[in-house]
Amino acid sequence: MTKKIVLPPQLGTPSDVERIKTESNYLRGSLERTMNDPLSSGIPEDDNRLMKFHGSYLQDDRDLRNERQRQKLEPAYQFMVRVRAPGGAATPAQWLVMDEMARKYGNGSLKLTTRQAFQVHGILKWNVKKYMQEINDVLLDSLAACGDVNRNVMCNVNPNQSALHEEIYNWSAKLSEHLLPRTRAYHELWLDGEKIIDSQDEEVEPIYGAQYLPRKFKIGIAIPPSNDVDVYSQDIGLIAIVEQDKLVGFNVAVGGGMGMTHGDQETYPQLARVIGFITPDKLLETAEKIITIQRDYGNRSVRKNARFKYTIDARGLEWFTTELHRRLGWEMQQARSFTFERTGDEFGWIKGADGNWHYTLFIQNGRIKDFEDYQLLTGLREIAKVHTGDFRLTPNQNLMIGNVAPQKKKKIAALIEEYQLTDGAYYSALRRNSIACVSLPTCGLAMAEAERYLPALITKIDTIIDEAGLHDTEIVIRMSGCPNGCSRAAMGEIGFIGKGPGKYNMYLGASFTGNRLNKIYRENIGEEEILAELRPILLHYAKERVQGEHFGDFVIRLGYVEAVFDGQQFHNS
Amino acid sequence: MKLQVINSPFSEEQVKLLNELLPKLTVEQKIWLNGYLSASQAAVNAVVEEAPLTVTPTTKAVTVLYGSQTGNSQGLAEKYAAILKENDVEVTISSLASFKPNNLKKTTNLLLVVSTHGEGEPPDQAIQFYDFLYSKRAPKLQHLHYSVLALGDSSYEYFCKTGKDFDEQFEKLGATRIAPRTDCDLDYDEPAAQWFTAVQEALLRSTATATITNNGEVDVKGAKSSYSRKNPFYAEVLEILNLNGRGSNKETYHVELAIEGADFHFEPGDSIGIQPENDESLVDALLTALQLEGQSKVTVLEESLTLKEALQKKLEITVLSKPLLQKIAAFTVSEDFDALLKDDTAWKSYVKGRDLLDIAEDYAPFSWDAQQFVSLLRKIPARLYSIASSQKANSDEVHLTIGKVSYENNGRTRLGVCSGSIAERIQVGDPLPIYVHKNPNFRLPEQEETPIIMIGAGTGIAPYRAFLEEREELGLEGKSWLFFGDQHFVTDFLYQTDWQRWLASGTLTKMNVAFSRDTDKKVYVQHKIEENAETFYKWLEQGAVIYVCGDKKSMASDVDRTILHIIEQQGQKTAEEAKAFVKELKQQKRYQRDVY
Repeated sequence: MTKKIVLPPQLGTPSDVERIKTESNYLRGSLERTMNDPLSSGIPEDDNRLMKFHGSYLQDDRDLRNERQRQKLEPAYQFMVRVRAPGGAATPAQWLVMDEMARKYGNGSLKLTTRQAFQVHGILKWNVKKYMQEINDVLLDSLAACGDVNRNVMCNVNPNQSALHEEIYNWSAKLSEHLLPRTRAYHELWLDGEKIIDSQDEEVEPIYGAQYLPRKFKIGIAIPPSNDVDVYSQDIGLIAIVEQDKLVGFNVAVGGGMGMTHGDQETYPQLARVIGFITPDKLLETAEKIITIQRDYGNRSVRKNARFKYTIDARGLEWFTTELHRRLGWEMQQARSFTFERTGDEFGWIKGADGNWHYTLFIQNGRIKDFEDYQLLTGLREIAKVHTGDFRLTPNQNLMIGNVAPQKKKKIAALIEEYQLTDGAYYSALRRNSIACVSLPTCGLAMAEAERYLPALITKIDTIIDEAGLHDTEIVIRMSGCPNGCSRAAMGEIGFIGKGPGKYNMYLGASFTGNRLNKIYRENIGEEEILAELRPILLHYAKERVQGEHFGDFVIRLGYVEAVFDGQQFHNS
Repeated sequence: MKLQVINSPFSEEQVKLLNELLPKLTVEQKIWLNGYLSASQAAVNAVVEEAPLTVTPTTKAVTVLYGSQTGNSQGLAEKYAAILKENDVEVTISSLASFKPNNLKKTTNLLLVVSTHGEGEPPDQAIQFYDFLYSKRAPKLQHLHYSVLALGDSSYEYFCKTGKDFDEQFEKLGATRIAPRTDCDLDYDEPAAQWFTAVQEALLRSTATATITNNGEVDVKGAKSSYSRKNPFYAEVLEILNLNGRGSNKETYHVELAIEGADFHFEPGDSIGIQPENDESLVDALLTALQLEGQSKVTVLEESLTLKEALQKKLEITVLSKPLLQKIAAFTVSEDFDALLKDDTAWKSYVKGRDLLDIAEDYAPFSWDAQQFVSLLRKIPARLYSIASSQKANSDEVHLTIGKVSYENNGRTRLGVCSGSIAERIQVGDPLPIYVHKNPNFRLPEQEETPIIMIGAGTGIAPYRAFLEEREELGLEGKSWLFFGDQHFVTDFLYQTDWQRWLASGTLTKMNVAFSRDTDKKVYVQHKIEENAETFYKWLEQGAVIYVCGDKKSMASDVDRTILHIIEQQGQKTAEEAKAFVKELKQQKRYQRDVY
């Protein structure tokens, strides 16, 4: 019998969300009733907070908000459902269901997220349960895809070392499973699971407790030399250490995270710091203990200071390591050495060590749908129908058609040709290295456009890029509609964070390998100024870069901005 | 000084004459005219005073009955009853629903005003009486003197059928006519007045008709606006907004009108009549097709104006009816047209969704001139819309809910005359000619604690917004339950945020919605009523009043069947008992319908 988890005494008044979680009876709240209320397609805010733990939340089409208010209609409410896919892996059968459900219940498109999950927008309240049930039939779920728990566990898609990838991918799946909430609420609410009256003595959530974590929690596994998962942006970043083609363990980094609040210097993006090395058999235990420290010490009073990075920064890395070792009852080893070369994806056909082929498609901003002149959704559906390998959603919102057996390659290649699915080779390397979050019209936090705008902005920057002769030079460019950082904009060599309609803060100087934050270069500027500011720097870079020098490194060397390796220096001028 | 036709007591023609004359008058002439006009008015009044109402009627008692659906028949009946009373006639006035058929035996003089609906159906109020007269129990009526005033719409095949039926049946039962039946089209004021004059003359056997005071504006309910159907108030449009969200198949307009200065008095349940104009582009197309000159002068309703003005502002050009086709036949040499008229199935299917432009295009040439052509046409009828606001809550405004009628036929998009103009032409700030149309058969209960059950689909929701606004304004606390149906939740939940607010505040107790096109299985309001059968019946037992508003054919009849079924099932009654129960509900005014 697991005893009820009792949190140590907490500082400050608990935030509203803490009350909601406490009163929710392990994430049930009044969801059963409010999800069935036929007079509104929305749900009350309290239940929406709980809904996040079930991988979904209420949004509305913000483009229509004012218009509908005038029409005496409630907002165009719709649910976003985020489907968990540890390591971004999905079978062809799962792909076909995701595709069908997006057309049946969603807005006809799939969004591949920056955390390798599927997102479907535009699901009406009455269809949420049906959606959950139909994806469950192919063993997909949205449990803990959002909310104050560990989210989808990321993993490098590594097309090169097939066997190794399989092994490390399995660890990401195991981590994901191990850290899932244990409440039966998800099954009861969505899958018609039997209602269970929880024992009052036994803890339902042996890791999280009844109040779950103070804030969201993220884990990612990188396999050097690729840092596609942006390992330093994670609450727990795991760096696979491979010696003689064998996985020997993981370096553990802690306390990364992207989110901040405009105008509040106490909030900042932070890089995870490596604190040691563990062998694979210690992985689940270590992650669990790290999470319990955040559970007990994280700020439950002020949500914008509740992320793990602030828990560590407030007390120091040494305190944290000591506490972790105390909880583990053993000590981690010295971190091993490794080298990262890039955060971006490699596109096109790549042959794995086992002879299977992998094709990485360029998916602009992770949006998969049938565009007017580009039948992307249909093309991928046709491929899924014949594909015998797997699909892998990359951390850069692209898609790998993975494990294509040599004898199947011709068939897949023919379909790629038929639908003219692109590996992005035609585009500038800048565009291939771009990420944008969803933002408007569905995201409630958005302050400015992102996904709907970045492609057009890049087209304009490309004019400068071409003039400078940088068409094939890889530069990481990222845009977020708000400072919460879904696109990891603070780690772009060029980063934009929305301030208001058409206005962005422009950041420069993050590293191509993902081990350095960028820094603000210009505040609150519109497109004209963005182009005017970027032009001389890009031309300067083209002219005076040293051999192999990346744009982020160049702007630091030339003093456009200062290098930031610690988020606590992010705002310093 | 320039007179405006809008909101003055003069007609357009009079204003034109006055505006021609007034600027030419000298100051002295104006003063003289002023004195002359007041003096002659005083003289008129003096004459009236000198002629007191001292007619001795040969008839002591008259029963005035009405069968009214939208209140027109009732309005006329009440007006005539009041005039008779003023002339010392003993008048009993009643709706057909509350008149005991057995009383016919004791009645000597009967005036009946009754309307016809849809395919020749009697109004709800008249059904029982109608059935009685045609049953074996109908008594001999040799002692009875009667006259029928029938209201109807000549664009329907069975024009004034109910009135005609009553008239014939009374005769068959042995009764004698006081005056011949008159069948009135939508513009009923004139023919109805003539009928009443004939009735009075016969009843009073007096040649001195001047002694009958009939100022035409007798009001049985006290204060009344000087604006009426014949003299509408020009209300400024304050707001026109489409209530349907993007992607809807429908366009339903919420229209807010300024009525300050109109001195309108209306209650929840009443309607507003709008006098619409035809679409100018349709008029132009018609003129072109007929090869008639728009500027040629014609006389319509005693007014001289251009043909184009007449067709745009005065005459109906969008509805075809048998009588109209028969009139047109005299002016065409087309054999096809004659063949069409002779074939019942053919002309019925032809007139559906077609208008004069189709005739002009399909059966030219015609031998008429402009004047002959306009003489065939009737006046554009006003359109009635249930009021969607409470006057107590918004004293200077009236809100309407207007569904745009639009359909394709023969390769052309046809728009509803009034709804089309609201949707496509009328702008905020424009004046709209309106009047209040009373609907005494759709009223909130007198007792505040009486529960109400409101059932409506589409624009049928309108009066309930007025009901709830009124109850909110007055702080009434009775239980209320609303059933609403339309196509899609996301786009067609008319006034959604209003209901949500009233539910939260308790002004509205319960609400059930049915959206027919959101699921594979079509769900309508009657299904929601059925799902709640037990509670529904419980409310009925608690004395609830049921209201049904909206489409007659597709909704009201299904709801009616469902209510009967619930009463049968929940009340454990036989089909006959359930029918009797419903009949009683109607008599107690606990089952009120405003269906169209």
